[in-house]
Amino acid sequence: MIKTYNSNEYDVIVVGAGHAGSEAALASARMGLKTLVVTIGLDMVAFMPCNPSVGGPAKGTVVREIDALGGEMGRNIDATYIQMRMLNTGKGPAVRALRAQADKWQYHERMKDTIENTPNLTLRQAVVDQLVVEDGVCKGVITNTGAKYLAKSVVLTTGTAARGKIIIGELTYSSGPNNTTPAIKLSENLEKLGFKLRRFKTGTPPRVNGNTIDYSKTEEEPGDQEPRHFSYETSDRSYLQDQISCWMTYTNNTTHEIIRANLDRAPMFSGVIKGVGPRYCPSIEDKVVRFADKDRHQIFLEPEGRHTKEIYVGDFSTSMPEEVQLKMLHSVAGLEKVEMMRPGYAIEYDVIEPWQLKHTLETKKIKHLFTAGQMNGTSGYEEAAGQGLIAGINAALAAKGKPGFTLGRDEAYIGVLIDDLVTKGTNEPYRLLTSRAEYRLILRHDNADLRLTEYGHQLGLIDDDRYADFEAKKAEIARVEKRLHEITVHPIEDVQSYLVKIGQAPMASGVKADYFLRRPKVTISDIEELTHEHICDDRYVKEQVEISIKYAGYIKKEEVQIARLKRQEAKRIPENINYDDIDGLATEARQKFEKIRPETLAQAERISGVNPADLAILSVYIQNGKYSKTK
Amino acid sequence: MAQTLTEFDTIAAISTPIGEGGISIVRMSGEESVKIANRLFKGKDLTKAASHTINYGHIVDPKTGEMIDEVMVSVLLAPKTATREDMIEINCHGGIVVTNRILQLLLANGARMAEPGEFTKRAFVNGRIDLTQAEAVMDIVRAKTDKARDVAAKQMAGGLMQKIKDLRQEILNTLANVEVNIDYPEYDADTVTAKEMADTSKRVISEIDALLKTANEGKILRNGLATAIVGRPNVGKSSLLNYLTQSDKAIVTDVAGTTRDTLEEFVSVNGVPLELIDTAGIHQTDDKVEKIGVERSKKALKRADLVLLLLDSSQELTSEDQELLQATADKKRIIVLNKTDLGMKITPQELADQTASPVIAVSVLEKQHMEQLEQTIKDLFFSGIENSNEQVMVTNQRQTGLLAKAKGQLEEVISAVDNGIPVDIAQIDFTGAWDTLGEITGDSAPDELITQLFSQFCLGK
Repeated sequence: MIKTYNSNEYDVIVVGAGHAGSEAALASARMGLKTLVVTIGLDMVAFMPCNPSVGGPAKGTVVREIDALGGEMGRNIDATYIQMRMLNTGKGPAVRALRAQADKWQYHERMKDTIENTPNLTLRQAVVDQLVVEDGVCKGVITNTGAKYLAKSVVLTTGTAARGKIIIGELTYSSGPNNTTPAIKLSENLEKLGFKLRRFKTGTPPRVNGNTIDYSKTEEEPGDQEPRHFSYETSDRSYLQDQISCWMTYTNNTTHEIIRANLDRAPMFSGVIKGVGPRYCPSIEDKVVRFADKDRHQIFLEPEGRHTKEIYVGDFSTSMPEEVQLKMLHSVAGLEKVEMMRPGYAIEYDVIEPWQLKHTLETKKIKHLFTAGQMNGTSGYEEAAGQGLIAGINAALAAKGKPGFTLGRDEAYIGVLIDDLVTKGTNEPYRLLTSRAEYRLILRHDNADLRLTEYGHQLGLIDDDRYADFEAKKAEIARVEKRLHEITVHPIEDVQSYLVKIGQAPMASGVKADYFLRRPKVTISDIEELTHEHICDDRYVKEQVEISIKYAGYIKKEEVQIARLKRQEAKRIPENINYDDIDGLATEARQKFEKIRPETLAQAERISGVNPADLAILSVYIQNGKYSKTK
Repeated sequence: MAQTLTEFDTIAAISTPIGEGGISIVRMSGEESVKIANRLFKGKDLTKAASHTINYGHIVDPKTGEMIDEVMVSVLLAPKTATREDMIEINCHGGIVVTNRILQLLLANGARMAEPGEFTKRAFVNGRIDLTQAEAVMDIVRAKTDKARDVAAKQMAGGLMQKIKDLRQEILNTLANVEVNIDYPEYDADTVTAKEMADTSKRVISEIDALLKTANEGKILRNGLATAIVGRPNVGKSSLLNYLTQSDKAIVTDVAGTTRDTLEEFVSVNGVPLELIDTAGIHQTDDKVEKIGVERSKKALKRADLVLLLLDSSQELTSEDQELLQATADKKRIIVLNKTDLGMKITPQELADQTASPVIAVSVLEKQHMEQLEQTIKDLFFSGIENSNEQVMVTNQRQTGLLAKAKGQLEEVISAVDNGIPVDIAQIDFTGAWDTLGEITGDSAPDELITQLFSQFCLGK
């Protein structure tokens, strides 16, 4: 038995310093709270144990939301990427998505450096074994060395370390991600405190030596020429010129035969793996079994950084025995002679069933205890970071005795993510998809600042300078909209031939420029040229105005739905509601309400398996105080 | 996801029992009530009408300009209304078709079909009625939804649900293609063009159109054959009506022209549901009261599924009879030669030579050969239904309304694609149509699309 000793006291303690923990710790410290962040390994701060990339559809929008709220991820990737691409450029503005290939070592170093140099923030290596809980309130943590740290709030971000178990073929061993120390006792402590945990599984592909790849047999995927960045603070001028390409190749029938011949040794199918894996990120063996009729699968070769030869073999996640992994790799075009540097593996870990959380990410059971990231059942660095930020903000607010901060489904992908988790729980590692958002035309990557900077500023995470820039941008948008309404586009020859060129019908008479802009393919720059009017220099302002004018009709449709959502959200369900007191509720609905304990009527509507009559009864019950009075 | 409670949007419903009485009332409640009604109303500007006024005018389909009915519209502004919201009550001329058309127009113009008990629920939520009353209402809501579920289960067997599910699946397959290209831009699925979405929309629209056409037959199954009894005055129409209803609801006299109102009654003849429309005699008249009745008869004839044309066999065919024979020629009809007890001047054979319709000679008063008439009605009914037995039918106005809404959304998809709107934007209405159809079947599971994505495509890193 290790003897405990009283160590320092803090306002907020963050356990874990991955993508969730880093954001939580930075947010709390930047809000002025004395914050401790402990991690099992200092070399794992903001480490990417899987793919070396940030962003993509929905996820890229989350990074920008984090940035607009004053989080770090956007700035960190802007400073450490090796390639940047805008995806979905051929589609509409709602689904454009930025993705960067990261130098995963630089990414880690810069984040660690930022944490080390942030006032109020202490970074320490330690393994947390248990929580200090008194009268249902979390008051601190105790480490495996016996140090007892007290705090007003605690944020847990255990990632895949909680009772982590690595599986490679027949080999299994207790481990955190990337062969780090797992956290064993904390899970036991959480179970003792009454939390419901479950096992999830995820996996990562092998890493190979880039010098041994025959790139001539693969297809190059270069970065974009046009300047891009995640953070609204980053300037176009700092855009990286010497980007590093990714490469693409394919599996083939030989690969698939090797996999089929060795399925009895695949932990996925031999019964070794008990945890539930994600459908959207299946191992290659899973793909070959489930999509037997496909004769090839894509493989992306992604450099892990600028100063390493390690290449991440994307879309090739596997937990096959090492020798089978080698055979599989060698069957792929371009990888015939490849040297494997690290084998792929599957990892099983504990997650907390997320319906045990509130929208603030505070646990319902224990006050001032927050959880975030992969331990809440998600997957992905961006999903983790978004939750970490929200948990950190709320831990800080709770420490100050202030009410919590939450985001709605109409305000941010982070809001969609957290609401899905706490309302529906999840049966597999949860990944954000644009199709999970009801209002994705509103939740665009380009307007995250307009949606969230105000909040970031109020919380003290966006400084006055940046806020002033934001205000100036808003004013400029308004000015340009007004200006467009003043300019008339006349049906002169230039205009008519321009319209023909872009495949549009010629005009019958002159119209205001904002009306003209509603035509597909017309841009503000085109209008400037056609009318010889100078309208605006800022391409981001132009983009905002173009989107808001072109898609006004569709935006309005989503706004109508949002207005309705808001009304339902305004109907709060009392925290102390006793569902047994409500006559007429169906048993299934009663049980679900009891389990989820929805905070608003809007949330109650989203619980699956609840029918309109139950909602009507609940609605009548909560909207009229008379009910309890007459009882 | 549970169907949403929508409290402050504008709801509409028919508030009188269908098919009973000469007047039906279609009701709306909510902020937009007056605006929506005004779009359909030809008469004075309802938005300028004072509260608690009744306004005379016509309901006109704003799209086609077609006149639907002559109506009285009550404008009731908040808060002194049953729901404490703005309300509109449209008093129209009864009859399922007209009433339903008006409701559909309201739905097409921004109102939402009210849930069972929703008007009362609003009254409660807005503090108009007290809790005891509201609880009683909630009991009814539950009873009604359970019953509705029963009905839904039955329709499931009938095939409509399967049809809708197929349509949804068709949309979903395309939708999954669209979504997978958005969420997995590098995924090597064939790039789905907006055109494919438009093509699917077109296919689904034509299926929806076919379903909407069945709405009438579905109505026959549910409400019975709308049966008009026509004939010149005093040929025994009311007697026949009375015989069929075996009551004295219609006024029977031997003075021509005394059956003034169109009466509607549901009866079962040999197990065949008939919705009887008795009509005043179709003839030229100066009597003003009679004239309104005649107008209505013509209208009744228009919407009849079956016409029982009465002729007086004791008299020669008059020009009026000839006119009626001609006016009903394209209808499913039975020619009834009445008053055979008074000596026959026209024989069934003479008429049978002129028309393909069955001719039955009876005496309603003496109840002679009436079983023959009943058998003929039954035969006609089943010969008509047999064909449709296999086919899927839309049987209620909720379904009709939702189908029409889905169709409208799909039309928007097509026009968006034609106008070069990006696929992920045009998709908003595409998803909308999918949701709308889901409201008919009651299954719009929140993760349906996600599940489809992962089962249809091999995705992942």
